[in-house]
Amino acid sequence: MKARLASRIAVGFLWLCAATTVAVLGALILYVLVRGIAQITPRFILSAPEGVTYAGGIGPTIVATIYMTALAMVIVTPIAVLAAVYLAEYAVQGRLVNTIRFAADSLASVPSIVIGLFGFALFVDAMGLEFSMLSAALALSFLMLPIVMRATEEAIRAVPKYIRWGSYGLGASKWQTTSRIVLPAATPRILTGIILATGRAVGETAVVIFTAGQMVYTPISPLDPGRSMTVHLYTLAMEGINMDAAYGTALLLMVMILAFNLTARWLSRRSRRFQG
Amino acid sequence: MTPETAAPCANVDSSALVGEAKFAVKGLDFFYGDFHALTGITIDVREDSVTAFIGPSGCGKSTFLRCLNRMNDLIPGTRIEGTITLDGEDIYGPGVDPVDLRRRVGMIFQQPNPFPMSIYDNVAFGPRLHGVTKKGELDAIVEEALVRANLWKEVKDIMPRGGLTLSGGQQQRLCIARVLAVQPDVLLMDEPCSAIDPTSVQKVEDLMGELKESVTIIIVTHNMQQAARVSDETAFFLQEKQGEAAELIEFGRTAELFTSPRDRRTEDYITGRFG
Repeated sequence: MKARLASRIAVGFLWLCAATTVAVLGALILYVLVRGIAQITPRFILSAPEGVTYAGGIGPTIVATIYMTALAMVIVTPIAVLAAVYLAEYAVQGRLVNTIRFAADSLASVPSIVIGLFGFALFVDAMGLEFSMLSAALALSFLMLPIVMRATEEAIRAVPKYIRWGSYGLGASKWQTTSRIVLPAATPRILTGIILATGRAVGETAVVIFTAGQMVYTPISPLDPGRSMTVHLYTLAMEGINMDAAYGTALLLMVMILAFNLTARWLSRRSRRFQG
Repeated sequence: MTPETAAPCANVDSSALVGEAKFAVKGLDFFYGDFHALTGITIDVREDSVTAFIGPSGCGKSTFLRCLNRMNDLIPGTRIEGTITLDGEDIYGPGVDPVDLRRRVGMIFQQPNPFPMSIYDNVAFGPRLHGVTKKGELDAIVEEALVRANLWKEVKDIMPRGGLTLSGGQQQRLCIARVLAVQPDVLLMDEPCSAIDPTSVQKVEDLMGELKESVTIIIVTHNMQQAARVSDETAFFLQEKQGEAAELIEFGRTAELFTSPRDRRTEDYITGRFG
């Protein structure tokens, strides 16, 4: 009897802990949803902030966010993927490769505000790129590089050995096997990594406040400055001038990141089916 | 190695060879790092026939098979001593590119391994690698390879479908077609039937009978009935003690090896006393 009671209590406790996790997420989403939903109108999404209270919309900040993130993605993807191909397929496994991996992991754990500070010193200041989409994208690429590189490495290693052997068995060289068999087979997982990293970049504040500046501006050239959604949200909330717009921005940001995560999930499911 | 290990094994019956020797192996020793896996293998494989390698698990028959197309080169730390010639040319010689060798010596694996792409692209993969780009030419090669692999009728209307959507047995024949499309002289088959269903096994075995008219086939199997059914010659490999190098115990015509083995150990194995 006593054992059964203890077991019930234990299970009940486990359930409670699990429920808490879900409840926290649910409460957060619900709160932002309730406070922000009324703001989401076509005008809010498309038009620029007006006046001292930032009434109107957040259009330019959405453009800036997408601009810098897309640019960062374009910069990061080839470098990270090719580095991972080298590490996984070509480099002699040993001390050097482990050191590179450790460096990538360490880079991933550097606080983003430090990356922002470094990005400011290097790109904005030393290289004279000023506050710009390019400075922000380069700094964001530091954040994304380790994520995409490690995801690609894992994806490459997950391609079954016997599929490679099939290719070698047909007289394919190592590069032919890598480029025509391994990379296509690993692509869904690589895309998953890129999307997750991009999601991180979309939600990043500290890095871009140092590198893209805070001016509300619709960027056209990569050298234009701009204010990202996160920075806009930070400003609105810190100055307390327009909490409605702050929650509207928060909601849009969450929807964007959720969309990224769902796409990543869908792709990784597809990849599992793909590999039989 | 000591000279004895390189000497031909007593029960290798070279008179079994009627046709030309395709592969001639002399005094082969093979190492995985410090582990001595094979010793003193001397064997001639006859052209346009089916040769079966049998023996218990871990006897090195698959390792030996992979020496024949230098697939072991892909495993770090492996080393070979002795010589293997294909049509008289040393395949480990300095001027030999393993990539060219593997085009001539195709390989089928235990696990059917279609590439994650369409049926057509699977078969066209090899010819494309080797520079065939014209659509008409590729179509003809793909069709011919699928016909030779007895798969054409089943797939001719579903060519754009993924190779992985086929059944296990069909996948294995797709892999055979994929290899045939690069016109190999030799087909190495590493337990090609152990991961597919019995009906498909029948089809693959029938196929081997047809293919040996034009291709030299070497099959590794741990199914003795299969070796008896499909092969003209059989080689029996054995690792006598754990940790020791495996050897070729007996080699001869399949009918003779299974009915009147010359070595006691061969007899024990084929009568099911171990393995």
